[in-house]
Amino acid sequence: MGEPAVRIEGVSKRYQLGALAGGSLSQRLESAVRHPLRRMRGTAESKPETSEFWALRDVDLGIEEGKITGLIGPNGAGKSTLLKLLCRITAPTEGRIELRGRVGSLLEVGTGFHPELTGRENIFLNGAILGMRREEIIRRFSEIVEFSGIGQFLDTPVKRYSSGMYVRLAFAIAAHLESEILLIDEVLAVGDQEFQRKCLGKMEEVSTSGGRTVIFVAHNMSSIRRLCDSAVLLDHGRVLAHGDTDRVVADYLERVEPVQHGGIANIAADAQRSGIGGARLLRVELSDSSGGASERVRYGEPLSLSLGFEIERRLPGAAVQVGVSTAEGINILTSHSSDRGSLELDLEEGMIELRCELRATLLPGEFAIDVDLLDARGFSVDRVERTLNFKVLNVAFDGSGDHYPWPHVRGSVRPESDWSVVQGAGSRVQAAERG
Amino acid sequence: MRTKVIEPPRGWGFPDLAEIASHRDLIFYLARRDVVVRYKQAAVGGFWVVLQPLLLAGVFSLFLGTWAGFDANPDTGVPQPLFVLAGLVVWLFFSTALERVSKSTVASEGLISKIYFPRAVIPLAAAIAPLVDFAITFVVVVLVAIAYGYPPGPEILATPLVVALAETTAFGAGLWLSALNVRYRDVTLIVPFVLLVGMFVTPIFYTLNLVPESLQPLYALNPMVGVVEGFRWCLLGTDFPGGLLLIPVVVSVVLTVTGALYYQRAERGFADVI
Repeated sequence: MGEPAVRIEGVSKRYQLGALAGGSLSQRLESAVRHPLRRMRGTAESKPETSEFWALRDVDLGIEEGKITGLIGPNGAGKSTLLKLLCRITAPTEGRIELRGRVGSLLEVGTGFHPELTGRENIFLNGAILGMRREEIIRRFSEIVEFSGIGQFLDTPVKRYSSGMYVRLAFAIAAHLESEILLIDEVLAVGDQEFQRKCLGKMEEVSTSGGRTVIFVAHNMSSIRRLCDSAVLLDHGRVLAHGDTDRVVADYLERVEPVQHGGIANIAADAQRSGIGGARLLRVELSDSSGGASERVRYGEPLSLSLGFEIERRLPGAAVQVGVSTAEGINILTSHSSDRGSLELDLEEGMIELRCELRATLLPGEFAIDVDLLDARGFSVDRVERTLNFKVLNVAFDGSGDHYPWPHVRGSVRPESDWSVVQGAGSRVQAAERG
Repeated sequence: MRTKVIEPPRGWGFPDLAEIASHRDLIFYLARRDVVVRYKQAAVGGFWVVLQPLLLAGVFSLFLGTWAGFDANPDTGVPQPLFVLAGLVVWLFFSTALERVSKSTVASEGLISKIYFPRAVIPLAAAIAPLVDFAITFVVVVLVAIAYGYPPGPEILATPLVVALAETTAFGAGLWLSALNVRYRDVTLIVPFVLLVGMFVTPIFYTLNLVPESLQPLYALNPMVGVVEGFRWCLLGTDFPGGLLLIPVVVSVVLTVTGALYYQRAERGFADVI
């Protein structure tokens, strides 16, 4: 390994939030008139409403030459800000970045495309915007047209293009930019499957044969896994991990997705949560009738759930709601801790664990548990969907032959039911036969 | 291999002219886009560019000339309609250029937030398209002058210098306004008003003599006074404005240099504020 293609040292980026960041001239004059002294004194007092936000904090990174590096992290982690700094769209507040080689960037497909201009005109305009010289565009022109596949529509205004054609043309131009370092953001979220594959292929080709360094932000973990030689995990503006893609991706998923081992799911702090806050679901455990945690239950077996919460502020009159959803996300059952006055919860700060047994015969298939902690008014304090996935097997739990006999499973629940023949012959009690 | 170092910007500086020059193809394609789109979209296309000064000149000559009694002929020996048209052509060039340059940065928001290039490319490109309009109207005004029996003399060769003065003045002022517009959108509202006032404090419909002698020094501080007078001299052979031309020369240089400094400083925040 030689010199890194990109060296980032102690880089931070601060944004100003609040009144002074934007605002019109009149607002500014108004504040000057209202607070003349503040203005004259200058200094910190003149910006009382301004708050700061550090999008990146002390980032140190070296990106290897000729490799594809993926940037991952939850929303607001600073991935896009880092990319914008590398592209020079915005300047760092602190630190230093060294880029060895020409930088090409693709933060959006078709930046600067004008709908009234023809495909040909847009190739030249967009190429120039991306930083290509006229001769360079002319030299690559036929390759661009061929890759985009717009051929006969070359002299049609792009406003008449389908969105697929538009994206293909835009990507084709960017892909032919001759740069040593290529920065890409979320571009692959567009276009049809086939074209996405083509783009991924082109990116791979670019880096392996062209020796180009690619830095890539995407939310699709499978493309990151497939393409990237290494990955960088960012969160709250800091680098949490950098290295082998599989390891970093696994690290990331562990943070954002409930991690399930058998019938136990640990819910990460930054999992997808909703609600007003004040308590957090930490753990969901599903046990079978033997008492052991399991993600497989048998047909007719009661679902025995244990829920762990951390309560951050007192919640008198709280309730917990547990739902079961199908793999398609359709909620089919809901049970409420105060159903029929079964349990009244006055939760104090600290850890609590609740148990609940759901007796419903689910048909064979895959399901997930949704958990919602409600306050006395019925507002969600903390809600996490699909905390734990489990499977209902087509095997009777009590060792009997009672299973679901039909080839297609229709619906999700077998209700308790009574059947009888009202008129005509043929009444036979099946249970007795089965023995 | 080139190594580019990015560090937090500090203090004042002049735009990197070499870097801007290396983006000349971009300036060309952006300017070309402006021209092509302008002429493609409008139903009457380039015809509008010609129609606008002709209609304005017609209306103003009728109301202010024939009915209100302004006549440039005794002072300048040029028929009022031709006098007005010549003034309008150069004024409209100036005002279009100023307006386009001052709007250009905000209008390029999509580019600024998505890709890097020296931002000064944007106002530079915006200043080019109005030149194309001007070239067309210039041909028309020359034809009108010939039709009135005033074929241009050798002074016409100095036209590019006068046009350059109008362009630089518009560009310098436009640079300031373009950068201010990113932070204060009020600029978009103020510019058309200032240009309207400017049209009346510039000798377009009336001759310079109309302005009281005592106020003339103040009046002449408007750089467009010298430019309009100079343009009439080029085209119609009226009196050479002489020292009046010094004012736009000084103003345009001062505006362009300070505008470039301010733009360069404001540019850093564009992507964060826009």
